[in-house]
Amino acid sequence: MATTYSEISSNKWRTVVVMTLFVAAIIGLGYVFGIALRLPWLLPLAIVIAIVQSFSSYWWSDKVALAISGAHQIDKAQAPELYRLVENLSIASGLPMPRVYIVDDPSPNAFATGRNPQHAAIAVTTGLLGKLTKPELEGVLSHELSHIGNYDILLSSVVVVLVGFVVLLSDFFLRYTFWFGGGRRRNSDSGGGQTGAILLLIGIVLAILSPLFAMLIQLAISRRRELLADASGALLTRNPNELASALEKITADPGSMRHVNKATAHLWIASPLHDTRGKKRSWFSGLFDTHPDPAVRIKRLREMAM
Amino acid sequence: MVAFWTVLVIVVVLVLAFVGLYNGLVRRRNRVQEASSDIDVQLKRRYELIPNLVNTVKGYATHEREVFEKVTELRAGLLTGTTAEKINTSNQLTETLKSLFAVAENYPELKANQNFLALQADLTDTQDKIMAAQRFYNANVRDFNTAIQVFPTNLIASMMGFSAFEFIEATPTETQNVNVQF
Repeated sequence: MATTYSEISSNKWRTVVVMTLFVAAIIGLGYVFGIALRLPWLLPLAIVIAIVQSFSSYWWSDKVALAISGAHQIDKAQAPELYRLVENLSIASGLPMPRVYIVDDPSPNAFATGRNPQHAAIAVTTGLLGKLTKPELEGVLSHELSHIGNYDILLSSVVVVLVGFVVLLSDFFLRYTFWFGGGRRRNSDSGGGQTGAILLLIGIVLAILSPLFAMLIQLAISRRRELLADASGALLTRNPNELASALEKITADPGSMRHVNKATAHLWIASPLHDTRGKKRSWFSGLFDTHPDPAVRIKRLREMAM
Repeated sequence: MVAFWTVLVIVVVLVLAFVGLYNGLVRRRNRVQEASSDIDVQLKRRYELIPNLVNTVKGYATHEREVFEKVTELRAGLLTGTTAEKINTSNQLTETLKSLFAVAENYPELKANQNFLALQADLTDTQDKIMAAQRFYNANVRDFNTAIQVFPTNLIASMMGFSAFEFIEATPTETQNVNVQF
């Protein structure tokens, strides 16, 4: 179990690092845009936003992630079979019972979120409940519970809020520059126009780069984690074959998810963005995958079973 | 003088290592004991569900005294003995309940009784939960036993009287379903 404990502390550290980088990036963006657009109030605003955002990403990221995905909470009476499976697996793994959510979507998928095992939630789609057998569903749930036990959920949920925000922010400023930036420059005197233009250019470059960086962070944290959660999930049920066949069904499903969102893509057990699944592509486009190749995951699970 | 300080440093390091390892063992042992009480919680729940079930079935199937007696007898065993014994009793109870549920097949009214169906589901579920709690217990026992067997913790363990816990083994009826090994 030493691996689990080191995984937990590594996740906590990474969360701190990601939050710090985020705060630094937002303040940096605020500074650059503030000078480029000649809005002196932008820097203090950015500082306030960065701090508020970091706190809220810790406390409410799970609610944001669940709301974006259109998940609604269920109790034992509404879905006794699912609820019992989660209950039994949390007993077997020694974790507190997480909240259980259902997402109304025919595409089979699942995710876990929350800041710690005491405040965790598992969400599954109606498609998952309909298309998997009970042991397969158990395999998927044990994978999600492993994410909870390893504190993967903390890091990946914080990233939902922070990344979602970075994307939103640079979108906003890019638009702002186009609509109002030009007008402003005409009104001002020509002195300092050159530095203004250079900073504006930097601003635009940053606006283009920031979602890209946000994406890289998102990818860096999720792929190895999926393999680890597959392994510890299989250890929990002692049945890697069921999780493997669940993954086969999930990746083979032709339907795309209705609530696809770039900010939450990395949370799901299999990529909800359908075009990124299964096909042969160059290593470069592989760099931007949120999930490891499902074929690799299935192969590893099958090997465990032998 | 140098020798004195060297000895002192070595002694301090040894004492600190001892304290750290000893505390680690105590923590792991407590985890095993906690896991064992988790099993008891589930056994207790099963114990409390059974009278309801027996009473519901009695209302319809009055002639099945033998099964009722067996169930009642086994129920008492859920709360006495070692954890392994209690689990064993619970497994036997599961088998007996199967024959009780088979009896119910002969009584269409009982089969349609919502209360009976809910109890049946609950009892099956408690058995799943007992098995889950048992798996968690075994995982903790494995960690504890490994800890007291590896060097250098084994020295402290034998000095301070830590002894290995026993795994709760699956009974033959359970192993039939398990087809995967690591």
